[in-house]
Amino acid sequence: MLIKKAADLRESDVTPKETFLRRREFLAVAGSTALAVATNGLGADFIGTPTALAQNPAAQKLSNLKKSPFSTDEKLNSYKDITTYNNFYEFGLDKADPGKYAHTLKPRPWSVVVEGQCAKPGTYNIEDIMKYAPLEERIYRLRCVEAWSMVVPWVGYPLSEFHKRFEPTSKAKYVEFRTLVDTKQMPGQTEPALNWPYVEGLRMDEAMHPLTLLGLGLYGEVLPNQNGAPIRLVVPWKYGFKSIKSIVRVRFVETEPVNTWKQQQSAEYGFFANVNPQVDHPRWTQGSERRLGEFFRRKTLMFNGYGDQVASLYAGMDLRKNY
Amino acid sequence: MTQTHWRQRVFKPVVWLACLTPAALLLYNGFQGELGANPVETITNTTGIWTLRLIVAGLAITPLRWATGVNLLINYRRVVGLFAFFYGTLHFLTYFILDHQLEFGGLWDDVVKRPYITAGFTAFVLMIPLAVTSTTGWIRRLGGKRWNLLHRLVYITALAGVLHYFWKVKLDATYPVYYGIGVAIFLGVRVWIAYSKKQLRRS
Repeated sequence: MLIKKAADLRESDVTPKETFLRRREFLAVAGSTALAVATNGLGADFIGTPTALAQNPAAQKLSNLKKSPFSTDEKLNSYKDITTYNNFYEFGLDKADPGKYAHTLKPRPWSVVVEGQCAKPGTYNIEDIMKYAPLEERIYRLRCVEAWSMVVPWVGYPLSEFHKRFEPTSKAKYVEFRTLVDTKQMPGQTEPALNWPYVEGLRMDEAMHPLTLLGLGLYGEVLPNQNGAPIRLVVPWKYGFKSIKSIVRVRFVETEPVNTWKQQQSAEYGFFANVNPQVDHPRWTQGSERRLGEFFRRKTLMFNGYGDQVASLYAGMDLRKNY
Repeated sequence: MTQTHWRQRVFKPVVWLACLTPAALLLYNGFQGELGANPVETITNTTGIWTLRLIVAGLAITPLRWATGVNLLINYRRVVGLFAFFYGTLHFLTYFILDHQLEFGGLWDDVVKRPYITAGFTAFVLMIPLAVTSTTGWIRRLGGKRWNLLHRLVYITALAGVLHYFWKVKLDATYPVYYGIGVAIFLGVRVWIAYSKKQLRRS
């Protein structure tokens, strides 16, 4: 006797609901985009999460992604959550602003200037940068200093792979990153909300740590503008503001860079900005957080749950002072 | 229609409708799933800002009455104040239930430790006796003079509410400052009038 069993998995089980519900919208856009993508020479595999394509016909699917052992198996936040709730003051102070206004950013063509203490300074094209190392999917927790968090399926490769190309010298103790300054592309920069350009930095050992990711994509596609297209940093054990977006300049330096939020309010935001439930923000608790999609708060984990991998970087340091 | 008719049939429903609209919109958008990626934050911010707006609106009524001579305005002070308390209660409960799961220990730790919570909690708690004694019966029981004195607590609520907002924002304090200016004007007018009356009596 043949007993028919239902398949274990349905399409709706692996696809975020938002995406699933928008599949028709995608199909409409896919037709017009297929040609463009095909001529770009990318393997156009459209099955999966096409939402960026629906929103932004210029978006490209990234294929042959390696799975990473560093990925968490926690429930992903939806594409909609991740692309409509952003702190990216270059496009406005409200979290919905970047999703609405970041279309003015032109992520292609794009180049990154590499300079400072390295053997191979120069200007490098984004298309080349994307090929420096095999792309991986890395599902990381993201914890904002404002005490909310998400789970994001990034695409990218380790920042160390990027750095090795330029052969930093022994004088390179830190690396500094800068975001684009262009009031036409980033209208929020007409307001002096922060000191533009946005600046961030890492100690060299942090930059070379295997968890530190050069972010190039999201949900299997190139980065949407509001998430820092075309190239950003992802440092999962630090508060979100360390993960600088839309990078145009990388500089290897001898001294600790003064990052934007530290310039702004050094009593509240420091250089290290490691997620630390024991060290509160002067005005609010860092002991717990609200994961988007959940109603009650959950406990915040030391180093955002990446302590096993990164705690040794800070051995002997007073994390209360070096917040 | 007589003035009483206008009051009962037109102005009163308009005021109620205006005060209920933010809550209705919140409810509607909630059911539509349109409260954004962080619905709890949207609910907290919306109920919080409407508490402050209605407090400022309530504070504006008396100066406006003085300035325009439209004494009718005083009839709506109570309802505006009660709606401020309504939104304040929703705001507080959102925080108390969703952030603290109704645990008093955690709430108290926050109140003692975080200045913006201290200010917000003070503002809310001081509204409770005002809401309770808002009825005509209580005005009679307390006597107009004592009742007026008690209800000056709303000045502290307003100032604490603005501070709460000011201390909470991460970067851009423009809006808290606007509300601060509003409260300063409406309280300043009262001080100025009281001072002028005193001078008048003296001369």
